[in-house]
Amino acid sequence: MANVAAAEPTHKRSFWAGIGQGRHVLGIAFMVPAAVFLLFFLTYPLGLGVWLGFTDTRIGREGVFIGLENYQSLWGDSLFWLVVFNTLLYTIAASILKFGLGLWLALLLNENLPFKAFFRAVVLLPWVVPTVLSAIAFWWIFDSQYSIISWALIKMGLISAPINFLGDVTNARASVIAANVWRGIPFVAISLLAGLQTISPSLHEAATLDGATNWQRFRYITLPMLSPIIAVVMTFSVLFTFTDFQLIYVLTRGGPLNSTHLMATLSFQRAIPGGSLGEGAAIAVAMIPFLLAAILFSYFGLQRRKWQQGGAD
Amino acid sequence: MAQPQPTPMTDNSTGMSYLDSLPRRVVTVFLPLLVFVFVLLFPFYWMAITAVKPNFQLTDYNNYSPLWVVQPTLDHIKYLLFETSYPHWLWNTVYISVAATVISLVTSVFAAYAIERLRFNGSRWVGLGIFLAYLVPPSILFIPLAIMVFGLGIYDTKLALILTYPTFLVPFSTWLLMGYFRSIPFELEECALVDGASRWQILIKVLLPLSVPGLISAGIFSFTLSWNEFIYALTFIQSSENKTVPVGVLTELVRSDVYEWGSLMAGALIGSLPVVILYSFFVDYYVSSMTGAVKE
Repeated sequence: MANVAAAEPTHKRSFWAGIGQGRHVLGIAFMVPAAVFLLFFLTYPLGLGVWLGFTDTRIGREGVFIGLENYQSLWGDSLFWLVVFNTLLYTIAASILKFGLGLWLALLLNENLPFKAFFRAVVLLPWVVPTVLSAIAFWWIFDSQYSIISWALIKMGLISAPINFLGDVTNARASVIAANVWRGIPFVAISLLAGLQTISPSLHEAATLDGATNWQRFRYITLPMLSPIIAVVMTFSVLFTFTDFQLIYVLTRGGPLNSTHLMATLSFQRAIPGGSLGEGAAIAVAMIPFLLAAILFSYFGLQRRKWQQGGAD
Repeated sequence: MAQPQPTPMTDNSTGMSYLDSLPRRVVTVFLPLLVFVFVLLFPFYWMAITAVKPNFQLTDYNNYSPLWVVQPTLDHIKYLLFETSYPHWLWNTVYISVAATVISLVTSVFAAYAIERLRFNGSRWVGLGIFLAYLVPPSILFIPLAIMVFGLGIYDTKLALILTYPTFLVPFSTWLLMGYFRSIPFELEECALVDGASRWQILIKVLLPLSVPGLISAGIFSFTLSWNEFIYALTFIQSSENKTVPVGVLTELVRSDVYEWGSLMAGALIGSLPVVILYSFFVDYYVSSMTGAVKE
C-alpha cells in the first residue's frame, strides 16, 4: 500500500516533466522548416549581399575583396547622389500623399453609407492586382500621344497639346508618384479604416455634447487614437515605396535623364544588365540604413501609450 | 471563440450622422467618395476597353470616342492565347504560386504553433526575428539570391521561384498565424492535453480546424503576393516558357518599335483576373489578413 502511494507522485512528476521537456524539443523541431528556409534564403543572402558589396564580383567571374572601393566610387558618382535624391523625393512625396488621401478615404468609408461593403471591396482593387500589370495600364494612360488624360483635358479646353507625361523630368516624376499613390491609397485607407472602427463612438458623442467642432473631434480624438496604427501603416508604406522597383521599371526604366531612377532600379541596372554584381550589391546595401531608420521609427511608434488602452496617463 | 470575422464589418448603426443634413452629406461624403472610386477604378475600365478595341479605333480619337468602343473585337485576346506563350505563363504563375503558398503555409503553421503555443526557450526572440524578416525587401536580396540560384543549378527553372518566394511568404504567414493562434483559448488545448492527446494531435485535431479562417487569409494573401512578384521572376528566369505573367507580358509583348496596346492590355487584364476573382470571394479574409498583419 505504502509503495503504491509513494509511486504515484513520481509517476505524475515525470509525466509533467516529460511535457515540459517535450515542449522545448518539439518547439525547436517545429521551427526547423521555417528556420532552414529563412536562414538559407534570407539571412545568408543578406550576409552574402553585404559581402558582395566589398568585392568586384561580375557575372560569370568570382570577385576578390576590394574593401570600400565600391562605396568610394559611389560616393564620387553624381548619378548615385541623383538617385538617392530621387528615391527620397519619391518616397516622401508619395508617402505624404498616400497618407493624406488614404486617411481621407478611410474617414469617408467610416461614415454611415449605403453599399458600404461594396465600396470597401472595390477600393482595395488597385492593391490586389499585380503592380506590373496595373503599371502597364498606366503606361498607356501616360502615353505621350494618346493619353486619355490629355484627351480629356483638351476636350475641356484646359490645354491645347497632349502632355508629355513620361518624357519630361518634372512630369515623369509626378507621373510615377501619381501611379504609386494610386496603388498605395487602398492599403493605407483600409488599414486606417480598421483602426477607425476600434474608436468608440461614445467618445465622439461626448465631445459633441461638450460643443466640440468636427475639426476638434478629428484633431483631439480620432488622430491621437489612431496614431499607433498610423505609425505602423506608414512605416510599411515608406518601406515598400523606398524599395520600389516594379513601377519604375515598367513606366520609365529610370528615364528621362535618370530623373526617376531609384536606388532599387539603379542596383538592378548595374548588377543584372550591367553585370557588376558587386556594385549593385553595394547600392542595395546603401538602402539598409534608410530602412533601419524606418523600422526604428515603427518600433517607437508602436509603443502604445497607456491612455490609448483606456488606462491612466 | 475564434470567430472568422470581426463584427464591425456589418456596422449599420447610424451613429451621429443624423446630425448632418442630406445636402451637406452629399458634398462632404458622397461626392469625394465618388471621385475616389472613379480614380481608383478608371485604369481598370481603360484596361478593359482597350483590350477589346480594334486597332484602328485605338489611335483615332477624332472619329471615335476613346471612352467607348464600337464593334468590339476579341482579336487581341485570341492573339494572346494562340500566338504567344501567354497560356504557358499563366500556367507557370499558377503552378509557382500554388507551390510556394503550400510550402509556406505548412512551414508557417509549425513555426507559428511552436512560437505561440509551445513557447520553447527563446521563442520570443524567434518571433521578433520573424517580424524583422518580414521587413527585408526583395530589392536588397535579389542580387545575392541570383548568385545562389545560379550556384544551386536551378537558374531559369520554376524551382528557383518556388524556393525563393517563401522568403517573404513565411515571415508574413507565420506572423499572421501567430496572431490567429493567440486568439484561440488555451483551455481547449489543456483539455485535450488532459485527455491524453499528444501535441501533434492537438495541432491537427484542435487548433487547425479552429484556425481555418486564419489559414484561408494567409493562403490567399500568400497566393496573391506570389502572383504579383516581379523582381525575382525577372532576375532568375531567362527562357520564355518558364516566365510568369507579369514578366512575360512586360518582356515579350512589348516590342521596341510598335506597342501592341490592345494585346498588352488584354494580357494585363487576364493576368489580373485570377487574383481579382479570388479576392472577390474572400474580401473579408483578405482585409482581415491585411489589417491583422498591421495591427499586431
